Amino acid sequence: MTTVSWSGEPGTSRGPGPFLSVRDLSVEFSTEDGVVHAVDGLSFDLEKGTTLGIVGESGSGKSVTNLAILGLHNPAYTRIGGEIWLEDRELISADRATMEKLRGDRVAMIFQDPLTALSPFHTIGRQIGEVYRKHRGASKKEARDRAVEMLRRVGIPQPEVRVDHYPHEFSGGMRQRAMIAMALVCDPDLLIADEPTTALDVTVQAQILDLLKDLQQQFGTSIILITHDLGVVANTADNVLVMYAGRAAERGTVREVLREPRHPYTWGLLSSMPRLNSSVDVPLKPVRGTPPSLLNPPSGCPFHPRCDYPRLAGPELCFGQRPDISPETGHGDACYLTLAQKSELRTAQTEQTEDRTEDRA
Amino acid sequence: MGRRAPARSDRWSTYETMTSFLVRRILGALMILLIISAVTFYLFYAVPRDPARAFCGKICPPETLQLVRHNLGMDEPLFVQYWHWLAGIFAGRELVQFGDCPAPCLGYSFATQEPVFGAIVDRFPVTLSLTFGASIVILAFGIVTGMIAAWKVGQPLDKIASASSVIGASLQIYFVGPLLAFYLVDTMQLIPRPSYVPITDDPVGWFTHLLLPWVVLSIIFTANYTRMTRSQMVEQLAEDYVRTARAKGMSNRTVFFRFAWRGAMIPIVTIFGVDLATLLGGAIITEQTFTLHGIGELAVRAVQNNDLPMLLGVTIVGAAMIVLLNIVVDVLYAFIDPRVRLT
Repeated sequence: MTTVSWSGEPGTSRGPGPFLSVRDLSVEFSTEDGVVHAVDGLSFDLEKGTTLGIVGESGSGKSVTNLAILGLHNPAYTRIGGEIWLEDRELISADRATMEKLRGDRVAMIFQDPLTALSPFHTIGRQIGEVYRKHRGASKKEARDRAVEMLRRVGIPQPEVRVDHYPHEFSGGMRQRAMIAMALVCDPDLLIADEPTTALDVTVQAQILDLLKDLQQQFGTSIILITHDLGVVANTADNVLVMYAGRAAERGTVREVLREPRHPYTWGLLSSMPRLNSSVDVPLKPVRGTPPSLLNPPSGCPFHPRCDYPRLAGPELCFGQRPDISPETGHGDACYLTLAQKSELRTAQTEQTEDRTEDRA
Repeated sequence: MGRRAPARSDRWSTYETMTSFLVRRILGALMILLIISAVTFYLFYAVPRDPARAFCGKICPPETLQLVRHNLGMDEPLFVQYWHWLAGIFAGRELVQFGDCPAPCLGYSFATQEPVFGAIVDRFPVTLSLTFGASIVILAFGIVTGMIAAWKVGQPLDKIASASSVIGASLQIYFVGPLLAFYLVDTMQLIPRPSYVPITDDPVGWFTHLLLPWVVLSIIFTANYTRMTRSQMVEQLAEDYVRTARAKGMSNRTVFFRFAWRGAMIPIVTIFGVDLATLLGGAIITEQTFTLHGIGELAVRAVQNNDLPMLLGVTIVGAAMIVLLNIVVDVLYAFIDPRVRLT
C-alpha cells in the first residue's frame, strides 16, 4: 500500500514526483452575496494506480476541487489559486486547448447522477464514440465499434443493440455503467469519480465499485473517489482525505484514518455511520450543528463551532488561530489537540459506545 | 435491471406509432373543427342583426322579408341550417338564392354573393405566404440573435441583443408598418410597395413585395424568441449533461451547438406551436396595414358586413390551419427529443 507523500517545491520544474499533486489549491466564487471560499489551501498527492477517497459533507469542497483539476469552473466568476501538477504539467495555468485535449483522454470524470449527466438527445453509442473520435481521430465506424467494446467491457448485455439506445431507455445502474464506459473509452490515467454510486441502490453500488476496481487492476488507472460514504472508502480506497469547509481535516491511508482517526470531525463522521455489528438500540451520533457558511467561515479552526472539545487545547487557540494539517507526510490532521489527548478521548468514546451496546444486549 | 428496453431501433414500431398518432390527432382535429363551427354558427345568431333584412333593402314588406329568408335558407330551425351547411362541405348543396354549389361548399357570401370557398382559395396563398415567410424570419432571426447573446453572455453584444429585443417587443404592427413603408418605400425607394405577386409567376417579385410585411409582422415575435433562446441556452449550458460534455473534452463550439442547442429548442418549438394562432392574428393586422388581399381582410369584412357564410368559412379555415400546424409541431417535437413518444 502506498502512503501519501508530500514532495515537490511549488513553482519549480519537477522531477519524478507523484502522478498527481495538488498544492495549496484555492477556489473562490464571486457571488452576489460576496466571495465564497469553496476550497482554501488544499494539498494532496495521488500515486499512479492507487485510489484516493475524498470524504466530507456536502459543501466541503470535494467536487469543487475535482472540477478544478479538470478546469471545468466558469472562469467568469471563479478565481483559482495554487498549483495542480499532473506528472510534469501544471494544469491551472494551462490554456484552453491543452485542457480540452486532456479532458476525456488522460483525465476522465464520472458524475453522480447518470440520468442528468448524460445527454438525453444522443444515443449512448454516440456519446461514447464522440470522445474516441475527438481524442483518437477515429472514424464513425471505429468509434461505434469502440463504443460496443466499451459497453461489453463494463458488463452491459447485448452491447450491439444497446449502443443505439438513448439514456432514458437504460436502468440507473446500466446508465452508470455506460457513463463509466464513456469515461474509460480513451484509457485515461486519472479517473475522477464524483459520488458514482450515490444515486444507485446498494446492490448496484457494489457492482459498480467492483467494476471500477477491476478496471483499475487491468489498466493501472489512478482514481479519485469522491464520496460521503465511509463504507465505500473502506472498500475501495488506498488513501483517504477528509475535507471540511474547503480544507483538509485529516489524511492518511484507509487503515490509519478509519482505525485511528485523529480529527474530531472524522470521529463524528465515523460515529454517525451505522454498523452492522452494533445493536440497533445504540443511537447514531451525528455531528451536531450544520456545515459552516463558506461566505463567512468561522474564525480559527473552521470546525470549532461543532467540536466537542474546543477549549481542550487552550482557552483561545481553536477560536482564534487556524490549525494547519500536520505533519508533512503520512497520517496527519488539522487539529491542535496532542496525540495523547486524542487517543485518550477516542478510547473514552469507544468504551462509552461499547458499554451502551453491552447494556442493551 | 431485468426491464427490457423498448425496441427503439426497430423501425417498424416507430412507423406504426407515427401512423396511429397521426390518425388519432387528425380525428381529434376534426372534432375540434366541428365544435368551433357549431359555436360560431350559434354565436352569429346571438347577434341581434338580421342579414335577410339587409338583403331586402330599405323598404321591406314582411312578405318579401319572408321570401328572402326562405331563399337564404334562414327560415329553418338553427340545427337544420347547421346540418345543411355541414353536409354542403362534403356533398355540395342547392341554394335557392344562389343556385348550385358543388362540394366543398361553404355557401355564398351574403355581402358580395361570391362563393365562400372560392374566395378563400383565392386569398389563401397571400395569408399563407405572409405567415410562412414571417415564421422563417422570426425563427431565423430570433434564434440566431438569441444564440449570439447566449454565446457572449454578459458582454456588450449580449446587452445589445437583449436591449433591442425589449424594444422590438414593445413595438406595434400598425405603428412600425406605416413608418417603415414611408422610409423604405416612399423616401428611399429600397423595396417595392407591398402587394402579393404569386410565387409561381415571379418568385423574386413575390419575395421583394412581401419583404416589408414579413419584417413588420415578425418584429414583435422575433424579440420574444431572442429572449427565449438566450435564457434557454444559458439554462441548458448550466445543465449536468453539458458539464459532462465539457469533461469529455468537447470544444466550446461543440458543447454549444451539439448539446445545449438541442435542449434549448424544445421549449421554443412548444411556444412556437402556441404562437401560430397569434401569428395568424398578426397576419390579419398586417394585411390591413398594407392592404394585402388575404384571408384576414376577408375576415374583417365579413364581421363588418354580418356575413355569416364568409365568417364561418374563414373561421373554419383559420382553425384548421392552426390545428394542422400544431400536429406538425408535435411531430417535430418527437424528432428533437427522443424521450417524447408519439402516443
